[in-house]
Amino acid sequence: MTDGNHKDAAHGDSDGLLELAQRIVAEAQRRGASGAECVMREGRELSATVRLAEVEQLKQAGGKSLGIRVFLGQRSASTYTSDFSWPAVTQMIDSALGIARIASEDPAAGLPQPEELGRWEGDLGIYSPAAARVDTDAGVDLARRAEAAALAADPRLRNSEGGSFEAGEGRRIFANSLGFAGEYRRSSCSIAAVPIAEEDGKMQRDYWYTVAHDPARLDSPEEVGRIAAQRTLRRLGARKAPTARVPVVFDSLVARSLLDQIFTAVSGESIYRGASFLAGKLGELVAASGVTVVDDGPRPGGFGSAPFDGEGVAKRRTVVLQNGRLESYLLNCYTARKLGLRTTGNASRGLADAPGVGYGNLYLEPGTQTPEELIAGIPQGLFVTEFIGSGVNIVTGDYSRGASGMWIENGQLAYPVEEITVAGNLKDMLKQIVAVGNDLKFRSAAAAPTLVIEGMTVAGR
Amino acid sequence: MPAESLHRDARRFFFERYGMTSADLERYLAAALDRGGDFADLYFEYQSTSSLLMEESLLKSANQGISVGVGVRVLAGERTGYAYSDDLAPEKILRAAETAAHIASGPARTHIVGLREVPSRATLYPVVMAPTDAELMAKLALVERADRAARAYDPRIEQVRVSYADEVKWVLIAASDGTEAADYQPLARMGVFCLARDGASVQRGNSGGGGRVDLSFFEQRLTPEELAGQAAREAIQQLQARECPAGEMTVVLGPGWPGVLLHEAIGHGLEADFNRKKTSAFSGLVGQRVASPICTVVDDGTLPGRRGSLNMDDEGAPTQCTALIENGVLRGYMQDRLSAGVMGAHATGNGRRQSYAHMPMPRMTNTYMLPGEDDPQEILRGVKKGLYAVNFGGGQVDITNGKFVFSASESYLIEDGKITAPVRGATLIGNGPDVLTRVSRVGNDLKLDQGIGMCGKEGQWVPVGVGIPTVQIDRLTVGGTAG
Repeated sequence: MTDGNHKDAAHGDSDGLLELAQRIVAEAQRRGASGAECVMREGRELSATVRLAEVEQLKQAGGKSLGIRVFLGQRSASTYTSDFSWPAVTQMIDSALGIARIASEDPAAGLPQPEELGRWEGDLGIYSPAAARVDTDAGVDLARRAEAAALAADPRLRNSEGGSFEAGEGRRIFANSLGFAGEYRRSSCSIAAVPIAEEDGKMQRDYWYTVAHDPARLDSPEEVGRIAAQRTLRRLGARKAPTARVPVVFDSLVARSLLDQIFTAVSGESIYRGASFLAGKLGELVAASGVTVVDDGPRPGGFGSAPFDGEGVAKRRTVVLQNGRLESYLLNCYTARKLGLRTTGNASRGLADAPGVGYGNLYLEPGTQTPEELIAGIPQGLFVTEFIGSGVNIVTGDYSRGASGMWIENGQLAYPVEEITVAGNLKDMLKQIVAVGNDLKFRSAAAAPTLVIEGMTVAGR
Repeated sequence: MPAESLHRDARRFFFERYGMTSADLERYLAAALDRGGDFADLYFEYQSTSSLLMEESLLKSANQGISVGVGVRVLAGERTGYAYSDDLAPEKILRAAETAAHIASGPARTHIVGLREVPSRATLYPVVMAPTDAELMAKLALVERADRAARAYDPRIEQVRVSYADEVKWVLIAASDGTEAADYQPLARMGVFCLARDGASVQRGNSGGGGRVDLSFFEQRLTPEELAGQAAREAIQQLQARECPAGEMTVVLGPGWPGVLLHEAIGHGLEADFNRKKTSAFSGLVGQRVASPICTVVDDGTLPGRRGSLNMDDEGAPTQCTALIENGVLRGYMQDRLSAGVMGAHATGNGRRQSYAHMPMPRMTNTYMLPGEDDPQEILRGVKKGLYAVNFGGGQVDITNGKFVFSASESYLIEDGKITAPVRGATLIGNGPDVLTRVSRVGNDLKLDQGIGMCGKEGQWVPVGVGIPTVQIDRLTVGGTAG
C-alpha cells in the first residue's frame, strides 16, 4: 500500500499535470483574474459482470477533465473541459472571465485565508496500485465465483442479476493562486452478488458486496455470495405489516442513511440558508445521550479520506454531535464566512461548480450491545433492512420512507415484511435513538452501527 | 443557423471539427469486430453546458463547460464489451475499439456493411441554443424575474433560490449494420426553491420546468413568474399543513407530475432488459390484465419539445409511441437493440445512455396515461375520505418484487367530497403489478409534467417526462404519522 499523499517514482506527476494546473492558474491571473483555482481529475475503471455463469459485460476505460474557477474581486465563475490542449484551456479561462463579469459581488466569496491552506501529512493508506492491475480475466473470475456461491446456496435461488467485479483508481490535482498545489490518488475495488430467489411465484432480490482500496483486503467472493444468498432468502414470503407505532431497528446498512441526513442537516449550506431543522441549534441537545457523531477526514484507510479538501484546506477530525449535543457544523470557506465561523476542511469539489460541502468519513460511535441483544429486548417491532425512496425533508425534519425487513415478535425476527412505510420526524427520531449497537463497520465513507428508534409510525395494512 | 439545418448538420459537425470521414468510422468498427463480435457501434458525443444560480438575490454561481468523447460497444450474443475515450485522436479511438473487442474471442467474421446516413425526420426540437453574451444576459434576466416574483408573492417567503441550466449535445452514431445517424439535442430547465417562515414554522416549496426548448419557452409558455408562484405557493400552503394520516386509504392523484406513479409502478418493470432476464415482477405478463380496463399507458418519445423526447435514441433508432398497457392489458416492453435481438422483438427507440462513457440500455422517454371520461371535480366529490396528492418529489421501485414508492410534497385531505386541510409530505407505497387494477376513475384532464424529470438506473441518469390525468386509486398505503 502506498500513501496517497506523497509522490513516488511509480505514480508521481511525471506527466506534468500538476505543473499544468499551476500554469493554468498563472495564465488566468495573467488574463485578469484576481484569484484562480484549477482542479483536475484523472481516473481508470474496469468492471466485469457475470450472469448465470456467462460473462455479460466488460467495461474498461479511463479519462480526465479539468475545471477552472476565476475571481474578479468578489465575483466568480467556473468552466470545465475534457480537452487539455492549451488553446482549449485558454478559451475556457476566457469564458470563465467573461461570465464572471455578469456574476454578483458576493461579500462571502473568495479563496481560503493563506494560513488555512495545508494538507494532512500522515499515511492515509487509500491507494494501492494493485487495484488497477487486476486484469479482466481475474475480475471475471471473482465475479463468477461470487455469483456461483450465491446460487449454490439454495435451490430457490434460480435467477440472478449477476456477480460483478469493479476496480478503479482516481487522481485528484488542485492548485490555486495562493500557491497551493497538491495531488493524491485513491483506489477502490469491489465484488458484489445480486441473486434472485423464487417461491410460490413471487420473486425477491437482495445483494451483498465487499469493498477495499487494495484487492488483497477484499472478502472472498464465496463469502459475498453466501451472505447475498442469506439476505435474499430471508425476504421470501414477505407480507404487509399492520399499521402501528412500534420500536424500529435500523440495520447497520440502513442506519448509514441516517448519517447522510444528519450530514445534510449540519452542512453549512443548509445552515446559512436556514434550510435545516438543526439550524441555530449549536450547543443544544438535539439527540439522545448515546449519540456521538464524528467526521474523521483523514481516517487511515477511510473510503472518504483525503489529505486536503476541495479548497486546499487540510482535512481534519470534527466532532459533530457529542453525547447528543450539537458541537459543530461542517463547513467550507464560503459557508463559514456566511456564519461568521472558520472552515472545518469540508469543501467538496466537482469540476463545474463552486466548492460545496461534503463529509470525509462520517460515523456514529458504536455502543456495547450486539444487534441480537438489541432485538431481544423488543416485544414487538420492525427490523428494517432496506429503505426505498427519498421522503425526507431536511427543512422540517419530516421523514417518511418505503421499507422492507423483518417483523419482531418477542425479541425474535419472526417473518419478513414489505410494502410498508416508516415515518416520523428527524427532530424526534434523533432524540429517540434509545440503543446503539456495537457493530460499526465502514463499507463506504459513512457508517453507523445498528440503531433502535422509538416512536415511529409503521404504515402497512 | 436555422434549427432544421443544425439538426441535419450534426454529422458534419464531427466530420469537420475532428477531421473524420466515413472511412475512418468503418475502420474503427472493423477494429471493434476484429475478435469475432456480432455487432459494434460508436457513439460520438460533444456536450456543451451552461448554468446560473441566484440566491439571496445575488448571481452567486455561473458556469460553462464542454465534454467530448466516444464510446465503443461490441456485442457478442448477450455479452457486451465497452470502452470509451475522451480523446478523439484516431489512435485513441482504435485502442478503445480493440479493448471493447475483447468481449468476443475468435476470428473476425462480421462484415461491415457500408455506412449510410439514416434519413432524419423533421426535428422534434427546432430550436437553437448559442453560447453568446446576449443569451447569457437573457438567461440572467429570467433568473432575476423569478427571484423578484417569488419574493413578492408573500412577506413570509424568506429564501429564494433560482437555477437555470441548459445543454446541447451533438451526437453521431455509426454501427456495423450500416447505421449512421446524427442529432442535435438541446435541453433547458429552470427551477425555483422557496423557504417560507411563520414564527417557528419553516416550510419549503419547489417548482421547475423546461424541455428541449430555447429561451423563448420561458418568455412565452412557462414564465419565471409562473414558476416562482408555484414554488412560493407550495411553501406557504405547507405552513398550515398538519400530520398526514397513515395506513391504507383512497388516493386521488392530481394531473401532471403525479404521473411519476406510472414511471415507478409499471414503467421500470416494463423495460425489456429485466424481462429478457426474467427478473421483473412483470416478466411473462404480456397479454394479461395488469390494470383496470379504463387504463391505457404509453411511452412516447415523439412529443415535440418535451424533456423525454428524442428524434432518435442513443443507438440511432427512431423513437416512437409504444403502447405499454391498453385498456388494462399489458401490451409490450420498451426495447433497446440487445434485448430486442435476444427476444426477437422490434426496436422501440428506447435505447438510451447518460453519456459516451455509458452503455445504452432500455429507458423510458415520456410515459403517460391517456385521458378517461370523468370530470376531475366529480372524482373528488365522490370520495368520502382520502388523500388528494398534487405534487411529488421522487420515487423508487424494486423491479423484482414490484414494490414502489413515490413521495408527495403537496397533498390535502379529502373529507366528504371536499378538499380540506393541507398535510405534510408523505411517501406512498404500493405493488406495481396490481396498483393500477385499483384505479376506479380516470379524469378527462391529461396533463404532462412541466419538464423536470430525471431518471436514474444502474447509476445512469437521463431526462424523462411523465403525465397523468386525475385518477382515483381505491386503496394505497400512505406513510403518514397520524393515527
